Formats: sequence, structure tokens, C-alpha cells
Amino acid sequence: MSLKIHQDHSRFKQIVRGKIKANLRKYVQKGEMLGKKGKDFISIPLPFIDIPHFKYGHKEQGGVGQGDGEVGQQLGPGSVQPGEGKQAGQGEGEHSLEVDVTLDELAQILGEELQLPRIERRQSEKIVTQKIKYTGVNTTGPESLRHFKRTYKQALKRQIASGTYDPGKPLIVPTREDRRYRSYKLQDLPDTNAVIIYMMDVSGSMGDEQKEIVRIESFWLDTWLRHQYKGLESRYVIHDAVAREVDRETFFHTRESGGTMISSAYKLCREIIQADYPKSAWNVYPFHFSDGDNWSADDTRQCIDMLRDDILPHVNQFAYGQVESPYGSGQFIKDLRESVGDHENVALSEISDKDAIYPSIKDFLGKGR
Amino acid sequence: MPKSLTPRLSALKDEIEGYARAFGLDFFETVFEVLTYDELNMVAAYGGFPNRYPHWRWGMEYEQLSKGYEYGLSKIYELVINNDPCYAYLLESNAEVDQKLVMAHVYGHCDFFKNNFSFRHTNRRMIDDMANHATRVRRWVDKIGVEKVEDFIDRTLSLENLIDQHAPHIRRNPDPKRAEDEAKSNERVEGFKVGREYMRGFINPSEFLDEQRKRVEDEKQRAKRFPERPQRDVLLFLLEHAPLEDWEVDILSILRDEAYYFAPQGQTKIMNEGWASYWHSTIMTTRALKDHEIIDYADHHSGTMGTRPGSLNPYKLGIELYRDIEERWNKGRFGKEWDECDDLRARRSWDKKLGAGREKLFEVRKHYNDITFIDTFLTPEFAMEQKLFVYGFNDKRNSWEILDREFRKVKSKLLAGLTNFGQPIIEVVDGNHENRSELLLAHKHDGQDLKGDYARETLRNLQSLWRRPVSLVTRYDGKGVMLRFDGQNHSEKKVDL
Repeated sequence: MSLKIHQDHSRFKQIVRGKIKANLRKYVQKGEMLGKKGKDFISIPLPFIDIPHFKYGHKEQGGVGQGDGEVGQQLGPGSVQPGEGKQAGQGEGEHSLEVDVTLDELAQILGEELQLPRIERRQSEKIVTQKIKYTGVNTTGPESLRHFKRTYKQALKRQIASGTYDPGKPLIVPTREDRRYRSYKLQDLPDTNAVIIYMMDVSGSMGDEQKEIVRIESFWLDTWLRHQYKGLESRYVIHDAVAREVDRETFFHTRESGGTMISSAYKLCREIIQADYPKSAWNVYPFHFSDGDNWSADDTRQCIDMLRDDILPHVNQFAYGQVESPYGSGQFIKDLRESVGDHENVALSEISDKDAIYPSIKDFLGKGR
Repeated sequence: MPKSLTPRLSALKDEIEGYARAFGLDFFETVFEVLTYDELNMVAAYGGFPNRYPHWRWGMEYEQLSKGYEYGLSKIYELVINNDPCYAYLLESNAEVDQKLVMAHVYGHCDFFKNNFSFRHTNRRMIDDMANHATRVRRWVDKIGVEKVEDFIDRTLSLENLIDQHAPHIRRNPDPKRAEDEAKSNERVEGFKVGREYMRGFINPSEFLDEQRKRVEDEKQRAKRFPERPQRDVLLFLLEHAPLEDWEVDILSILRDEAYYFAPQGQTKIMNEGWASYWHSTIMTTRALKDHEIIDYADHHSGTMGTRPGSLNPYKLGIELYRDIEERWNKGRFGKEWDECDDLRARRSWDKKLGAGREKLFEVRKHYNDITFIDTFLTPEFAMEQKLFVYGFNDKRNSWEILDREFRKVKSKLLAGLTNFGQPIIEVVDGNHENRSELLLAHKHDGQDLKGDYARETLRNLQSLWRRPVSLVTRYDGKGVMLRFDGQNHSEKKVDL
């Protein structure tokens, strides 16, 4: 019997997948779903995976509710469930049009659509980490894991059953036997570790539109690499004339007005790699985004030297994305192409606008490194 | 796999069944089976029928139920199928007190299924029929191909609410020929009256007669509207008049059958859930409950009865309304004398000790559906006690808010939501629109606009069955609009209503 639904279930999943594939380019360009990211999955609005009916518009309807409150009082968010009679045992009613897709599945779809090769792991060694998983409730355990509600309930049950509960004076005293504790297991997670070092030019010439492009693109890069490596870390570096490491939030929302010295970022990148990510244990992916405007030819030379001598030998792939901006000269990518363009672990991409994000992802990930 | 009851559960079943009978409940034989939560989710996804035709939407349903369970948002305790015998499923992992509660609840449902008038025409062998439907669909899949069949089912499901929800029962064996035959009689063309036979060829030359004949024919064609009256059973109309192939007719009629089977359940949801809740609470609290089970019982009972400000819990509304009726009929708070009494103190202490409450309840559960139930028994006192209100969306504040607590508005909003099972009423008005075999539907607008993108998408599906352009007349923002889909493009034009 349980086999039967799996047929219908996998057909449903197949349909969802097909719809996502068909709309993937749109999702990639617009970054439509980025705002709705959950921890492990993403909600994608899919028109008409639901079966359309003639029905009333959601907000037209309104209805009858129950509870306290004055006329004019707002109802809390989420408290309104537009009522369409949903009969228990009828299997019919409202469906949300949003389908949850795990990031892993999304990465797979992305991989299939863009025909991305699987990444060859440079480091084959496994690093084992441990993860705590709460599995149930036990009668013994450390006090810090005591389950208060269950304990209370147990005590209440016992007192009622033994007749010591007095409704007039509802005092519940748990005894040793009433106590309940959360129990957990340690799980071993074999991991291959990787780190992405995002660098971005935040000087005056990089506008909001440019940053939006970086934000969308980095989401997809993240998703793909996370699919390949279970233990993925991210580090964020912003720079104008000087570089500093920041958190993710700051990374995407900082705007400076100074000039641009790309070497400062590469220097910091080098330090980060040397300090935290020994080649023996880590797969390292620096991604750098700028509008291609550097302070001086001299600084560019420094960048190239650093890349060639210190960075490239330590990383799986170095990627540079140049986002077109009305202010930038766009020179930097030409310099890189000339000097390190033929290195096998360098990926260069020019991103003229949002439409270009889709092919650009392929520029970055197409080498399978 | 479904398991039959353990000896312990079987004993409990006998016990609860005994209480239910002692209270006067009258039900079909009820078969309980025990399922794991995964199996229960599956059966629920199939609408209660484990042997249903294959379709991806059961998979979608299953996914949502499983997720809801995994995230702890929802849990199905029980499932009953209206059939003779009734089938009911218990969740294996439920505690004993829950199983008792569920059984008592199930007997309430089964009594309701057997006795409420809405189910008088319900097919009580639906389990077998559903399995037959599945076999028929599978056979077509083998013959026609899975894609074509699935595609057709997708499009038809989009129309499944277009049945006559309030028809007493499904209309079968339609005879589309009869109306046409009637129209055919009386159509000889005579021409002018001729006095002398030899003049006939001059007065009525054959070209003239042909022309006359053609004119009459045209007029008839134009005058002949079909359907003669607006037809609410759109699916039946399609079955009779759409240019469908055999397999399409078969599948369409299967889906229509199933839609009619579920319709009365939709019309009695508040009554049915209320009745089952009334009985589980009565049986549990007066008979079945052991002292040590009280907390868990109270916990789960209150979980089922919980309300949120922006939605109405049919379990809660139903049980409270039954209890209110019981009290009113026990105390004699009805009839002319009661209605005309405006002494507040007298009303409050009114008790004629009639004790007719229980008897009245059984009568109510037999002769009413949700609409007549609310219409007859919802009183201002009850609405106030239950804190009912009307809510709506405030565009300016972009949020839902309480609009009104006035009794008449609450009641009419409640009834409006129940009319046609909360679905818009849509009828076929013309199957030969503008004499071009186009299909024209009309939405009986009752103050609520249709959801636009859904309406257009549904029209597209309708067109694929009708094969000629289809139009729907409705109203948006108070203005008449005709939505049209011609097979290629959607269009809209203003119409006067």
C-alpha cells in the first residue's frame, strides 16, 4: 500500500522540478526567491502547480472570526486563514502556491540546466565533525536538558491519579520520578571542507545595482558549492583603498566613497588563507567582484604578482567577476586576462547586467574545479 | 499495511460502541484499522480512499501532510469514510485515551452519515466504486498513454467545482436528444396561400420557397438557446455537448461522480464535525474516561476546539451550537412566548424544565445542513457569547481587521460563506453563443470578485474541452467584464449587466 503513494509523490516532485527548470533563468536573473531563504530550503512561487479553479479572490473574501477585540482592531499576521471548506477526509482545499525546494535539489537542477561538471576535489581527506541530534525524551539526563513541560505534565498526572491534586489549591510538585529530559545522540558527519572568500569593491563607483548583481550571483555560487561540499565556510572582505573583513550583512550593504586599491583585498585574502585554511585540509575559493577600476597600473601589477605567487598555488580556483558600471574603466579584467588568463584555475567573467548572471555562473563553475 | 485492531483496542471499541448505542446513536457497522502516521498521511492524501486513481495531486497532498506532521504543525488523528460499512483509521502511535476519543468521535460521524438527509442519495459503496474508477483510469492510461490521460485529468480537475452543489442528487442518464427532437417538429414551409393550383409555380416559385425555408431555419437556429435555462451543472453540460472522445467522457464522468460524492460532506461540515465533537465529549466525560486520562483528554479536546481570531473552527462552532440548542430546548427557551419576552431578567432565569434538548438534537442532525442550521439556530445571544465578528482586509493598513460585531452582519457573512460551499456560482448560459458554437458562462456575482489569474487559467482548461472559444461574464470592481479565451489568446471586454 505504501508503494502506491510514492508513485504519485515522485510524479509530483518531477513536475515541480520541471517547472523550476523551465523558469530557472528567470529565477536566476531576478533573484526572486532570495528573500525567502530558509535554512536548508527555499520557497519558490510556482504558478499553477496548484490546480486552478474559479474561486474568490483572497482579499475579497473576508469572513467570520471568533475572539476578543474592538471593531477596527487588527488581526495578527498569520491569524487569517481564508476559509474554503476543507473537509477532514476529503483531501481537497487550499494549497499554497509556494513549493519548498531544498537548496541541494536546487543546486542539482542548476547543475543539470547549466551542465555544470561536478567539482573535482583537490583534497580527498575526510574531516569528521560531530553533530548533536535530539532524538527523544528520557527519564534520566543532565538538569540542563530538563524538559519542563513534560515534567510538569507528568507531575500533574501523578497527582491527579493518586488523588493528591487539589483544584482549590493547584500546587504541582514534581518528584524525582516525574522529571523528563531531552535525550540526544552524537552523529558523525564526514565532511570535506571548503571555504569561499568573497571580496568586493565597495568604492564609490560600485552602485546599488552592481551590488545587487553580486548578491544574486554569490547566492548561486554558494548554493552550488554547498551542494558539493558539506562543510562550507564563507568569509567576506570589502575594500576600497583599504580592505577589511566583515560579516555577510555588512558585505552586501556597505558603500564607501574612497578610491580603489585592489591589492589591499588580495593581501587580506592571502593572510586569511595562510592563517586559517591550510592547503592540506581545505578547498579554497576566492571570488572577487569589482567594476574593473583600479587606482594605478602599479597596484594592478602588485595584484598580479600576489595572485601568481601566493594565491593561485593555494586555491582550487580563483574567480574574478567584473560588473559593468557607468563609472568604471573596466581595465582590470583585461590585465588579468593578459597575465593569468591561461592559468587553469582562474575563471574570469564579465557581467554586464542581470541577464548576464546566468551565463556568468557557468563561467565560474564550468571548469569543475 | 493496515492492521486490524489489537485485542486491547478491540475491547475498547466494543466498550465505546456500547456507550454510543446506549446514547441512541444509530450508525452503519464501523470497521477500524490501525495505520502508521505515514500510512495515515497517505490515505488522507487520497481523500480517505486508499485505492484511488493515480494522479500527482495526491502526491502533492501527501507531501504537505507529511511536512505538516514533521514540522509539528498538524497531525491527523483519525479518518472516516462515508460508506456502508464505514471505514475508520486510527493512528498507531496514539495513546489509549486518544484512541478512545477518536472512536467516540468516529461513531458521531458515522451516525451523522447514516441519518443526515444530505446523504440520502450518497453512494454507500463508494470504496468499491473508487477502486473501479482507478481501474478504468489505469486501463485508459495503458491504452492512450499516461501523459494524455494525466493532462486531461489536470484540466478536468480544474473544473470539478462546477457542479450543482445544492442539487439533491447527481443527475444521471441524461437524454440530450429529446430537446432536439421537440425542436424539429413543425417546420414545413408553405409559402403563400394558393387559390388556383396552376398558379402555384408563379406565386411560390421554388427559389422563393427555398429562401423562406432558409429564413425560418436561421431564425430557429437563432432562437434556439441551449441550455434553455442556465445550467449549474457545467460538467454535465460538457458531458452532453462537448466534442469529447470516449475515454474523455469516461474520465470526466468519473471525476463528476467523485465530486458529487464529496459535495454533501462540504455542505455539512460544521454540523458533522460539531456532532462528532459533541458525542466524543459526551461519551468521554460521562462514561469512558479514567481519572488518570483526564489531563491528556482535556489537552487534546481543547486542541481541537481552539480558535484563532481570524478563522472559524467548525468543530468549535458546531459543538457550541448543538450545546446551545440542547440548553434552549431543555429550558424551553424557544417559541412565541420566549421570542416576545423582553424582560431581560426573566429571560436569564427562563427554565421551563422541558428536558427536550437531546431529542431536539437528534431531530436537528437529521433535517438540517450547515446553511439551514446556522440560519435557524444562530441567535444574537449565541453570537455574543461566542464573540463572533466579521473581519475583512483593510487595504490602507495592509492588514486584516475586525469590521463588525453586529449580529445580522455576522450571520449573513457566515451564510454567504456557506452558500454553494463557499464557491462562486457559475452557470452555462449559452452553448451556442453568437451562433458560433462558443460557450458562454456567467458568474452570479454576490459581492465578491473572482481571483483573476485563476479565472483565466480555468477558462483555458475549459476551452480545451469545449474546443471552441469560451467566455465568462463576471464583474470586477463593480463593472461587468467578459473574459474570453479563444484557444490562443485571452481577451477582456466591458459588458453591461
